[in-house]
Amino acid sequence: MNEQSLHNSPEEAVEKTSRRKGKAGARPLESVMQLIFFICGFIAIAFVLVITIYLIISGLPAIREIGLVDFLFGTEWASTAEDPKFGILPMILTSIYGTAGAIVIGVPIGFLMAVFLSKVAPRRLANVIRPVVDLLAGIPSIVYGLVGLMVLVPFIRETFNTAAGESLLAAIVVLAIMILPSIISVSETALNAVPKEYEEASLALGATDIETYFRVSAPAAKSGIAAAVVLGVGRAIGEAMAIMMVAGNVANMPDLLSSVRFLTTGIAVELAYSSGLQRQALFSIGLVLFLFIMCINVILNVFLKRDKEG
Amino acid sequence: MKKMKKLLAAALSLAMLAGLCACGGTTETEAPASEAPVSEAPVSEAPQTDTPETEAPAALSGTVNTDGSTSMADVMAAFQESFGDIQPDVTVNYSGTGSGSGITNVLAGTVDIGLSSRALTDEEKAEGAVENIVALDGVAIVVNPENTVTNLTLEQIAQIYTGEITNWSELGGADAPIAVIGRDAASGTRGAFEEIVGVEDACVYTNEYESTGEVIGSVAGNPNAIGYASLSAVDDSVVAVQVNGVAPSEATVADGTYAIQRPFVMVTVEGTELSEAAQAFLDWAMSADAADEVEAAGCVSPNA
Repeated sequence: MNEQSLHNSPEEAVEKTSRRKGKAGARPLESVMQLIFFICGFIAIAFVLVITIYLIISGLPAIREIGLVDFLFGTEWASTAEDPKFGILPMILTSIYGTAGAIVIGVPIGFLMAVFLSKVAPRRLANVIRPVVDLLAGIPSIVYGLVGLMVLVPFIRETFNTAAGESLLAAIVVLAIMILPSIISVSETALNAVPKEYEEASLALGATDIETYFRVSAPAAKSGIAAAVVLGVGRAIGEAMAIMMVAGNVANMPDLLSSVRFLTTGIAVELAYSSGLQRQALFSIGLVLFLFIMCINVILNVFLKRDKEG
Repeated sequence: MKKMKKLLAAALSLAMLAGLCACGGTTETEAPASEAPVSEAPVSEAPQTDTPETEAPAALSGTVNTDGSTSMADVMAAFQESFGDIQPDVTVNYSGTGSGSGITNVLAGTVDIGLSSRALTDEEKAEGAVENIVALDGVAIVVNPENTVTNLTLEQIAQIYTGEITNWSELGGADAPIAVIGRDAASGTRGAFEEIVGVEDACVYTNEYESTGEVIGSVAGNPNAIGYASLSAVDDSVVAVQVNGVAPSEATVADGTYAIQRPFVMVTVEGTELSEAAQAFLDWAMSADAADEVEAAGCVSPNA
C-alpha cells in the first residue's frame, strides 16, 4: 500500500506543478511549501553573502593599517612582537608550494588509479577497491594528521637527520593522500563517460589497450580530469587540521625540510589567543584565503561548463 | 526499500541531533551548584553556620562569568567546585578563550572577571585593568626522557631559544640537533616564558603549537626536542629539567627559587563595581581558603 502511494506521489507532484500557476491561491499548502522552499534556498545564498561581507568588513581594516604591499609581500610574521610584523608572503608561498607539491604527487597516482578502476581492473576487483577509496574520503582530517605525526614525522626526522620531522615535505605527503579520493572519483566518472565507440574505433585501428587509454580516453575526458585536479587544489589549500599537526607551524619561508606555516594554519594556530590588530590580521589572512578559494571555484566552474558543452 | 531508507535517514538524523546536543553541553563548564554533597548539609542549608573565615554570611545567588586563560582551566575547575559548596546558588561560568581575550572582554564589560596567565602590561593597567593574583604557576622546561641533559642554566635556555646553541653536544648531551618547540605567538605561556628568560621576540622556533598538550606530545615523541609548559601540565612522558640547579616543584615556585614562574591573575576593572556574587567569589579566591584548590590544581598559592 505504502509502496504504491509513494510511487504515485511524483506523478501527482508533476501534475500539481503544471497547474501551479493557475491555482496557487486555491491550494494553501502549495503556496506555503513554495514559501518554505524559497526561504531555504535563500538561506544558503544568505550565508554565502553574510560570510563574504563579514570577511571583507573584518579583513580590510588590518590590511589598510598594515598596508597591502607590506601585508602580502612582507616576509616576516611576528604578530605579538614589540614592533609587530604582519607579512604573510611565507604563508602564501607555503600554501602554494604545499598545494602544488600535493598535486604533483597526488594527481599522477590518482589519475592512474582512476584509469585502473575505469578501464583495466576486472569489474569485481574494481567493486572492492571503489568503496575503499570512498572510505579514504570519509576519514576525518585529524586522523590523517595523527598518522602523519606518528609515522611520517619520525621517518623524515631520522632519514634526513633534522632536529624535527615536522616539515613542508610531511605536509605535502599528507595532503597528497588526502586529495586522492576526490581526484580518483571525479576522474573515474569522467573516464566512464567517454563514449565506448571512441575506444572501440581506436582498438579497431590497431592501437593497444594502453595506447587507447592514454591517447583516446584520457584526452576525451580531459576537462573532467582537469576539474578533478582543481577540486584537489581546493581541498589541499583549504585543509588546516591535518597539516597543523605535521607542518611545525613556524612562519618560515618555505623549504622542503623546515617547519612551515600555511594560510589556514596561520589562522588556526593564533586565533584562540589573539587580540587587537593581530586578530584583525588573522581575518585578513582569511580574506586572502577566501579569494584564493573563490578563484579556484571559478576555474572549476569553467572546466565543468566546458565539460557539459563539449 | 524506500520505507527502509526513510527510516534509516530518520534514525541517522536523530543520532546526529543527539550528538549535537551532547556536544553543546561541553563547551562551557558550569559549577555544579546544586550538587552540594549530603555530608556538608549544614553548609548548604544554613550558610550562617558556614566555615568560620568565609566573609559572606548571607547566601548569595547569581551568576559570575569568567573568561580568559586556558592555562587556568584546572584552577578554575577546582574553584568552581569548591565555591559551589560554599555558595550553592552562585553559578560560576568559565570559558577558556585565552588571556588576551579575557582581558579584552573584562575591559569591554562583557564578563565579570577576566582571567590572565601573565602579569598585566602597563598598557592594560592604564586602561583600568586591576591585577588580583590568585596563584603562581611554574613554567617547566621539558625534554624527552631519552635526553641525558637534565640541568640547564637560564642563560643556556636563552641561548637554545635564540638559536645560539643548536646541538645537544654543546650542552653535554648526544650529538643531535636541538628541536626548539614552543607555543603560538599569542600564548600566555609563551609570553611568560619569553619574558622571564629574556628572549622576547628573539626566539628561533623549530615548531610552534597552539596548545600545551601538543607541545608535551611533540617533546615526548622527539628525542631532540626541548619545550616549555605549565608545571601542572607536565606528565611522565617528558622530563622537566632543573633550571640553575633547581628542579621545578610547588615548593621551589612558592619560595621563589625556581626561576621560571608566572602569576595567574583575576582581572577586574577599576571603578566598576562587581556584583555581590562576583565580589564574593573574588574575595574567596584571594583568601587563604582557596589555597587548597590552587594546590589541587598543581599551582602554588601566594595567599596561603
